[in-house]
Amino acid sequence: MSEMRDLYQEVILDHNRRPRNCYVMDCATRTADGHNPLCGDTVKVYLRIEDGVIEEISFQGDGCAICTASTSIMTESVKGKTVAEAKELFEGFHEMLTGVAAEQGVELGKLRVFEGVREYPVRVKCATLAWHTLQAAIDADEEEVTTE
Amino acid sequence: METVAAALDIARIRADFPALHQSAHGKPLVYLDNAATTQKPRAVIDAVTAFYERDCSNVHRGVHLLSQRATAAYESARTTVKSRLGAGDSREIVFTRSTTEAINLVAASFVRPQLQPGDEILITEMEHHSNIVPWQLLCEERGAELKVVPINDDGEIILSEYDRLLSRRTKIVGVVHVSNALGTVNPVREMVEMAHSRGIPVLVDGAQALPHLEIDVRELDCDFYACSSHKVYGPTGIGALYGKREHLLKMVPYQGGGDMILSVTFAKTRFNEPPHRFEAGTPNIEGAIGFAAALEYLDDIGLDAVAAHESHLLEEATKAILEVPGTHQVGTAKQRAAVLSFVMDGVHPHDVGTVLDSEGIAVRAGHHCAQPVMARFGVSATVRASFAVYNTCEEIDALVRGLAKVREVFG
Repeated sequence: MSEMRDLYQEVILDHNRRPRNCYVMDCATRTADGHNPLCGDTVKVYLRIEDGVIEEISFQGDGCAICTASTSIMTESVKGKTVAEAKELFEGFHEMLTGVAAEQGVELGKLRVFEGVREYPVRVKCATLAWHTLQAAIDADEEEVTTE
Repeated sequence: METVAAALDIARIRADFPALHQSAHGKPLVYLDNAATTQKPRAVIDAVTAFYERDCSNVHRGVHLLSQRATAAYESARTTVKSRLGAGDSREIVFTRSTTEAINLVAASFVRPQLQPGDEILITEMEHHSNIVPWQLLCEERGAELKVVPINDDGEIILSEYDRLLSRRTKIVGVVHVSNALGTVNPVREMVEMAHSRGIPVLVDGAQALPHLEIDVRELDCDFYACSSHKVYGPTGIGALYGKREHLLKMVPYQGGGDMILSVTFAKTRFNEPPHRFEAGTPNIEGAIGFAAALEYLDDIGLDAVAAHESHLLEEATKAILEVPGTHQVGTAKQRAAVLSFVMDGVHPHDVGTVLDSEGIAVRAGHHCAQPVMARFGVSATVRASFAVYNTCEEIDALVRGLAKVREVFG
């Protein structure tokens, strides 16, 4: 049971039940669609970027608790940040999950609740789908991104 | 039914499967992902090993002893598959890599040469991707149209719609015998008869049927029957296609290479007779031998007893799952085999799968390579527990306890 609590931390369960910034943004300057073909998770990210700053971010999607909570917490984490800062956060987040770098300079804050996902390699993609999609939206990539 | 089920000594059967006796995440393994693949009995593992330890050689081309033994074993495997499918002639059995390849073979060698723009291929809404995509590719290439028979809310084919969609342009019907996502057993005999009354051939995808049902292709009167070994306790990488001899004789080769020819010059190649015409290259010899060993193993237990045991498990599991609050069954057909698909309110199937896995319980969570079925039921995924001869009622209890854990985690 305790390993399950390490994975499904209270913050994750809360964001899964009540995702933040979960709405269609009419005034979005950029959007992107993400899809995990292995499990069928989908997410659409809406962005309003002004002068290189993410002024507003929202999403719509259908996915598991890890995917939904990760997207929700991501929107909170990058709102008000510059595009460069958001990309840096993604790098740090990705490193935390894949264990590429032991020491990181990036302050991850609340994103640390996903540390447990590292122990579940098949679920890492659930946690990173939102971030790949955000990256695609930032890069104004019109192709749907997939985790494959 | 219970008396027949009780006649099976499940503990003894379980002893035949080495992989069942391990723990997963510190808990005894409860393997309920049999529709994905089954575990293998010692008899199959030994048959494959024996081939490599004693008979290892190529088939159909050696004068020496080992090659003769390998060829005899390979061809004897073909006869075993023939008998299990109820075919009349071993030459009607083509070994393939998988059910998927068997379907692709029919698409390429039987349908493709005769498919004209405007022709139609008819499949059903509950097909696995392997019985959708080959036809889609073909239709796209030939300007033909893929038509789909809808299913009802229970997950049963709507036969009146099927009847309506069988047209003068229909070149083949592709239908799954047992649905991998819902467990529905389709009225294949009746569907073949309806198609044949209009002169339309039928391919049956039997991947999920072979482990659970007695198959008699002559009684079904289907034109093609595709199946695989690994769903029925045999090795992966080997499947079989039954095709009526009259069709196979007319069909063009599927792949070119060794073993499928009679003679080759740069001017002209004469192709071998079926089934060899469709088995280019060195085949999966140990796979065929293992496949036959698996069919013989199941035959020794007795398919009637297996079917009775599995339907008892399915009945118990369905009852037990529905008693878990907030659980809904997906696929409630009157005729089902060994597959229980369900969703839980407020918990995504992947999360259910992960929590169950932490309890040592292996289920499938996802779209089961049948996304149109998921779309039909308005879900993106389901949890699927699928049963085999070695599963027990205690394992169903474990599944129910696992679902209680899911509730504990997710509230």
